[in-house]
Formats: sequence, structure tokens, C-alpha cells
Amino acid sequence: MPDLLLELRSEEIPARMQRKAAGDLKKFVTDALVEAGLTYEGAREYWTPRRLTLDIRGLNARSADIREERRGPRTDANEKAIEGFLRGAGLSSIGEAHVHNDPKKGDFYVAHIVKAGRPAEEIIAGVLPGIVRDFPWPKSMRWGAASARPGALRWIRPLQSILCTFGGETEETRVVPFEVDGIVAGNVTYGHRFHAPDAIVVRRFDDYVAQLEKAKVVLDAERRKQIIAADAANLAFAGGLELVEDEGLLDEVSGLVEWPQVLMGTFDADFLAIPSEIIRLTIKTNQKCFVTRKPGEETLSNHFVLVSNIEAKDGGREIVRGNGKVVRARLSDARHFWLRDQGDLPDLETLKASAEKFGLDLARPLDQRMAKLDALDVTFHAKLGTQGERVARIRTLAAELAKATGADAARVDRAVVLSKADLRTEAVGEFPELQGVMGRKYALLQGEDPAVAEAIEDHYKPQGPSDRVPSGKVALTVALADKLDTLSGFWRIDEKPTGSKDPYALRRAALGVIRILLERNIHLPLLPVVQDPDLLSFFHDRLKVYLRDMGARHDLIDAVLTAAADDLLLVARRVEALTAFISSEEGQNLLAGTKRAANILAAEEKKGTVVETAVAPELLHLDAEKALHAALVPAAEAAAAAVAREDFRAAMTALSALRDPVDRFFTDVLVNDEDPAIRANRLALLSAIRAATETVADFSKISG
Amino acid sequence: MTLAALPEHMHPTRSFQGLILTLHNYWADKGCAVLQPYDMEVGAGTFHPATTLRALGPRPWRAAYVQPSRRPSDGRYGENPNRLQHYYQYQVILKPNPSNLQELYLDSLAAIGLDPLLHDVRFVEDDWESPTLGAWGLGWECWCDGMEVSQFTYFQQVCGIECAPVAGELTYGLERLAMYVQGVDNVYDLNFNGREGDEKITYGDVFLQAEQEYSRHNFEYADPAMLHRHFIDAEKECLALLAAGAPGDAENTLHKCVLPAYDQCIKASHVFNLLDARGVISVTERQSYILRVRTLAKACGEAFLLTDAGGANWNRDAA
Repeated sequence: MPDLLLELRSEEIPARMQRKAAGDLKKFVTDALVEAGLTYEGAREYWTPRRLTLDIRGLNARSADIREERRGPRTDANEKAIEGFLRGAGLSSIGEAHVHNDPKKGDFYVAHIVKAGRPAEEIIAGVLPGIVRDFPWPKSMRWGAASARPGALRWIRPLQSILCTFGGETEETRVVPFEVDGIVAGNVTYGHRFHAPDAIVVRRFDDYVAQLEKAKVVLDAERRKQIIAADAANLAFAGGLELVEDEGLLDEVSGLVEWPQVLMGTFDADFLAIPSEIIRLTIKTNQKCFVTRKPGEETLSNHFVLVSNIEAKDGGREIVRGNGKVVRARLSDARHFWLRDQGDLPDLETLKASAEKFGLDLARPLDQRMAKLDALDVTFHAKLGTQGERVARIRTLAAELAKATGADAARVDRAVVLSKADLRTEAVGEFPELQGVMGRKYALLQGEDPAVAEAIEDHYKPQGPSDRVPSGKVALTVALADKLDTLSGFWRIDEKPTGSKDPYALRRAALGVIRILLERNIHLPLLPVVQDPDLLSFFHDRLKVYLRDMGARHDLIDAVLTAAADDLLLVARRVEALTAFISSEEGQNLLAGTKRAANILAAEEKKGTVVETAVAPELLHLDAEKALHAALVPAAEAAAAAVAREDFRAAMTALSALRDPVDRFFTDVLVNDEDPAIRANRLALLSAIRAATETVADFSKISG
Repeated sequence: MTLAALPEHMHPTRSFQGLILTLHNYWADKGCAVLQPYDMEVGAGTFHPATTLRALGPRPWRAAYVQPSRRPSDGRYGENPNRLQHYYQYQVILKPNPSNLQELYLDSLAAIGLDPLLHDVRFVEDDWESPTLGAWGLGWECWCDGMEVSQFTYFQQVCGIECAPVAGELTYGLERLAMYVQGVDNVYDLNFNGREGDEKITYGDVFLQAEQEYSRHNFEYADPAMLHRHFIDAEKECLALLAAGAPGDAENTLHKCVLPAYDQCIKASHVFNLLDARGVISVTERQSYILRVRTLAKACGEAFLLTDAGGANWNRDAA
């Protein structure tokens, strides 16, 4: 069975796009071949910065013939009908048609049409130009003289050549003949840009890989990654260090080189006075290098690991020297903004109004940055006003929330006022992902209370289901205020998440609120805060998802969650208690009894039977009904009292006292008494059971 | 000319001006018109009309030039060894881009003494966009041993107009490149004239005082109210000139006053950069300034297409 080798060689493809592009190429080519009636045994895609390669094994040499019978008119039909049939079936005379006999309808013509299979090469040549032309690059471009014409080929960067060979294992392969916008497919590729600039003639995948390897190109990205990871670890180990691993960086770097060579460089140890986060990000983001540390230590060493694309004539001395120089320059820039952030801003007198507004001390650097943030009217969102306005809102809200969380009001206020100040620091301007982290550092440096500093960093948390939840009271209060302000704001301007669209991460914000309330045991009635019942119901939806993820039964959540429930901690506690109760024997029995009572009531209510609103003790005759009545009142009272003091376990225990009387009632008592008054009274007893259980949960929503 | 044939003081690894002259020679050999810097304050070599405007329309174009570039916010009072508010870009524009532009670029590095088997030269993704010029393109930062030494861009759109054909733009950061090949860590230590001893002139001799003074100007002294007036004047004048030179009737289909109008667009852009450095522009205002400059750039680009250089009445086959 023949194999197909395809290589699209271009100028450097951005690292982050290579993997997906190679995958897309495989999918589109194999789909198109299968669609055209070919089958194949296996296909694998490869990529380097300069090529996308596809290796398809075991293709059919041609697609199968397709036979088809087309039924025509009766043999005695008129000439016009027969002519039409011949034309439609592509026959030249009626002699080419077969005559079939149908016992009922008589003789009629049938055309046997054979659609001959096509050679695989023809199919491949037919589908590839379209695939190249319509390739789904996230961004694409035109180039060269051809770009003057409309409809010119677009690619991620200029496409230099197409290699496409086809043939069986034992035969010579052939070039599949096609062209795309003047680029003619051939059997030639090129190796490493600098080490092996000569043309390489390729027959099939095996010699392709081997020749590339000789020409200093490692085709397989996974192998490049392994080489880099292993060499980097060894190099670090040899220096008594360990690599600070970074999978994303490793992925990226393996997409920047065809012939990875790992080297180690150094920078002045003085730079280690800059926070580690800044050093790591500077070296990673700007230089695509790894940082190292002494084994088991938190702080970084002054050695970094770089990956070059050439086997340099001098063993890499120049490359290490050059990279070291750039890293030093970058770090001195980083130190520059780290120090400048701790110094005064110019034009302090223009910041006085803002300082007054937020009670800021313009002698302190972070306070100045907050004042500047306000003074510059930095927009938070076009419809939600400026960052300054937002901080003012969060301030008011946080002061309210502090009452519920028991946090120190003065510290909360100070933390809110400084919470966004680091957005105006140069460090965060350079590395936005350091927001909060830098604010905390600068706050400590200017002598803020540690709880305030902690809140500045942690008010962004938790950023999802596995992120840390703030623990300090000040921090969690500010975190709640920040998220609740965001949610209320976007609800107010009707920018709610829909389907998969949630550009402002509002689901994450709501989950953050839920996790803080539940994991830090905070009772906070949400409705007075968010005001909008629709937003409350959004919280309910997120709470359901969260509780289900924690293993709660959805029917038990529904049984507890009423539309007005706005103390989410209370809801969660009820669900917990109900879960424990329902799994016990008493619970199961009471549930069965309550359901039975509810069903009977529902059936009678439907019939229009009179149900007394209250039980009349004088109409109770049988022991079982007297006993139930006697048990109901104290049980309901005890349950209600327990619920009121939020002791749901006690509420459940109170209800479980009803189990026996309810059981006995259904065994001994016929509800449907002949006397309508007695019947109405017994039905009232049933609604009393329902009412008693409702103090704890809506049992009708519980399944089983 | 081979490097060996150069006198010592002209060698690109010893002399800042030697580096420039070597690049001039190299690109002159490739058929470029070697132009002189544009005589206005611009933020980058791209603003030179030889790039912005000449990238538009169908006519082939090849030019190379040095452009002094001003980035007021990058001022560091002469204290930072790598950052300057005034620096030189070496700019090459080739329209349409030749298919071997990457090779031409790499050969130019070899011409200034960077051996690609000794130095790690890489093309790292960098999509270029100039919101003020309404321009974008795809390309790379070119790295030499981890240092960004050039920008390499295939222009797709300029002044909001599709480039047809596409031009290739190369921008070399001359100071960085020179620091690299001269092996100095501080830009002010660069040897400017390639001489030694009493005859040596350094980059610091030429520019240190200027960096200090302009940093004060950019961050502290520049008068925001005056700059604001200048912005408005330049904006008005640009539109007025475009209106004055606009084609009249079937007899007069060409635009008669694009380049002077474009000068005003450049001026507005630089004034905006100064206002930004003074820290007096809020974020929303910033957006609206950028938009206003872009509106001017677009109007200039559209008018340029109605001129000879912009390809009006140009016939490819006759050319």
C-alpha cells in the first residue's frame, strides 16, 4: 500500500500555533481523502518552526469503482422518455441498457452505471490546493508580487515550498502534481537554515526524517521537548542547581528551534534583590529562558538556562555572553521600575483632590499611585465608570460587609483604598499577571498593616475552583466586596453571561463569593446587597453547580433552595443536614409517609374534597390519629425552633419523632371515612404532616 | 565591499557610523534608494512618508534610510544604559517584498559581522500594529543571542488601506545592534566615529546631554496647554490642506497636496506622544487622541492614492 508524505515549508510559524495547525492539516487531508473514497492505515502530523508535515501510511492506490443501477422507462415507452433516460444515465444507445422484467409492470430498461475509481494521486492533487488555500490560521497574510492580485494565497507567513510524494514501499515514489498560487509541489526540502542550506531530495517519510536529522532538524516536537527538558535538568544539576520547571515555556521554546542546544548563562547576584516573581517573568516572558534555584530553596539562583538553535562554532560562548547581556539589561530595567514604584510620582500637587477623596497620604508611594489612578480617570468599563469610581463603590459596600464578616472596619477601608493602586505601578504595567502580588509587596514596604497588605493581594482570590480562598477577615471582606460590586455592576448594565460567553468571568466571580461564604462560614443575606432577584437566582445556579461538584444530590438542593433564600451558607448547611437525615432509616420512612400524605392530599384537592384548615381534636377518634396529632404539634414546634437557631441536625431529629406515629396512622386509619367531617379533619392532619416537614425542606422535591 | 577591505575606523564592529555606512552600502547594492532622514520629529522610521505613503498603491518601491526616532516616554535622564527618548532606526522598505527577503536580511547581518554559525539568530513572532497609522502587518522580532535587533514586517494594511502589493519592512535598532557588535554594555560608551584616544567621539559625547535635557522637557517642563493647542492646529491644518488639494472635476483627478498634509499628521502624532509622556492624558482621552491621528492618517493615505506616486494613472505593463 502506498504512503503519502506532505510538507508545507514556510517562514517561521509562531510557536503557539504550530501544534494546532499540524493537527488541522491532518484532519482536513484525511477527511478529504476518505470523503473521496480512499482509506488509510495511519496518519501522523509533525511540526517545526518552519514546516508542517503529514505522514499518511497505507493509502489505497486508487478509490474503488462505484456501481449503480438506474431504473429507466418501460420498454414500450415513447421515444422522448427513452431519450431522456439515455441522456440522464450517460448511455449512447439503448443497446447499452439492460432489460429487467417485473411480473406486475412488465419489461423496463435499467442502466448499469460504473463510476470508475480514481488514482489516489489524482484525488490528492485535487484536494490539497483547496486545503492549503482555506487553511484556518487565526491570522493570515499575503506577500510578494502575487499579493497585488485579488484572491492571492494567504498563509501564516510566506509559504516557501510544498513537498508531496506518493508511492509504495518497494517502488520509487512520485511527486503528486499540483500547485497553489504558483508554488509547485515537488520532492525537495531544506534542512537547518544555517547548518544545512542545501536542497534535500526526498523519497518518503523514512529518508525524509533521517535526512532532516542529518541536516540538523529534529522533526518531532515531542522529541525536541524531551531533549530540552533532559539537557536543561542535567546542566542545572551539574551546577548544583535545579530547574524551575515551566511546561508552557518548554512547549513554546520547543516551537522556536529545529536543533535545540541547551546552554547556561548567569547574571549579577545583585539582581536577586528584585522579587523572584519579577525575575522569573522577566527572563521567561522577554527572553524565553528558564530560571534555576538551589535544590529545595524558594529563592532563585543567578543562573538561567537558554535554548539556542545552532551548534555554535565556539561551543556557545558568544551566545551565552549575548544572552547574559540581554538578561542583565532586562533585569536592570526591572530593577528600575521596582525602585521607581517605591519613589515619588511627579506633579504630586495635581493629585490632591483624589488624595482627599480617598483619604490618601501623598507621602506614601502606593497612595500616590491610587491618587494617580483616580486622577487619570482610568476606565474600568465604559458603562461602569472609572477605576476611581469603582473603588469608591467597593469602599461603601465593604464597610457594610465588614459588619457581617466581623472584620476591622478601618483596615478594610484602607485595604480597599489601596487595592487597585498597583495597577499604576510600572511592575504591573510590565507584567499584568502580578496585580495584587506587587501591591502587597509595596504596601509592606511602606509600612502598611500586614492584614491590609494581605488583603491587597488576596482580594482577587479565589480565581476558580482550585484557587486559594482568602483567610484573613480583612482580605475576605474586600474580596467579597470586589466581586459583589463586579457582579451587581454587570447585572445593572445587563451584561450577563450567556451560554459559553462570559467575557468578564462573572461565573468565576460568583463562585468566588460562594466559596468564601461557605468555606469561611459567613452568613451574609445577599439580596439586600445585590438587590436584583435575577442576580440572586444566578447565585442559586452557581451554588447548585458548586454543591453538586461537592457531591450533593440535586433533588436535595432543590428541596431546600427557595427563590428567596439569600443566605447561601444556610442553604448549604440545610442540604448537608438533609442529606444525613435522608440517608437514615427514620428519614427514609418519614419521607415515604410524607409523600403518601402529600399524594392523598393532592388527589383529594384535585377532586375538590374539603380539607379542614386546622385539626379539630374532638373529631379524632382512633388512637393512631390522636397519637399523630399529639406528636405533630411538638415536633413541628421543635423543628421550627431548631431551624430558627440554625441547628438543622436538631430539626431533623425532631422530625424523626414523627416517623412511628405517621407509620401507625397509615396502618390503622382509613382517611376516606364515610363521614365528610371526619374525612376533612383527617385530611387536615395530613396537611399538618406536610407543614411540619416543610419547616425543614420541601419533601415533595425529593426523589425516592 | 568586504569587511576586511574597510579601514579600521569604518568597521561596523568598531564604529557607529561605520555600521550605518555598511548597511547603506549593502542595501544600495540591492537596488534601494538610500534616502536621508525625514526632517520632522517622528516616533519611528515607519512614519517617514517614504514608508507610510510609499507602502500604498501599486508602484514598486525600494528605499533605505536612517530615521532619528523620538519616544518621549522612554526618556531616562541619561541614567539607563539601554533606553533613550531619541534613537536611530535603520529602515528598509521593499515593495513588493522579494521572495528571499529573509535571506537578504540575514546577509545584511553577516555584512556587519554577525556570523550566523556563531550567533543564534531567530525569528520570533511579533505582529506589528500601529493604531495611530491604522496599520498592521505580520512578521517577527529578529533576535540575535536573545537580543531583539530588528523588526521584520510584511505590511498588510497602512492608513486603513490594504497593501497591494505587500511591502516588506525591516527596522534595525541601530544603537542596540552597535552595542552588540562593539561589545559595550552602555549605549553612551558606543564608539561613534571609530577613532581612538583623543580623536574618539562616543555616543555619550553626542547625545548624553540631549537625553538629560529632553527627559526634563518630556516629563516635567513641556507645557501641556500649548501642546494641546498645537495638536488641534495640526489636526485642523491637515484636514484643511487635504480639502484644498482635493481633485476638483473630471479634468483634475489628481490630489495636489498630500505630503504637506501628511506632515501635519506626523506633527499631531508627536505632540500626542509628548502629552502622553507628561502624564496628562487619561485613558479614555488617550483612545480618542489615537483615533483622531488615525483619522488624519487614513485621509492622507486615501489622498495619496490619487497622486502619481500613489499609482493613479500608473500602468504596470507600460512601466
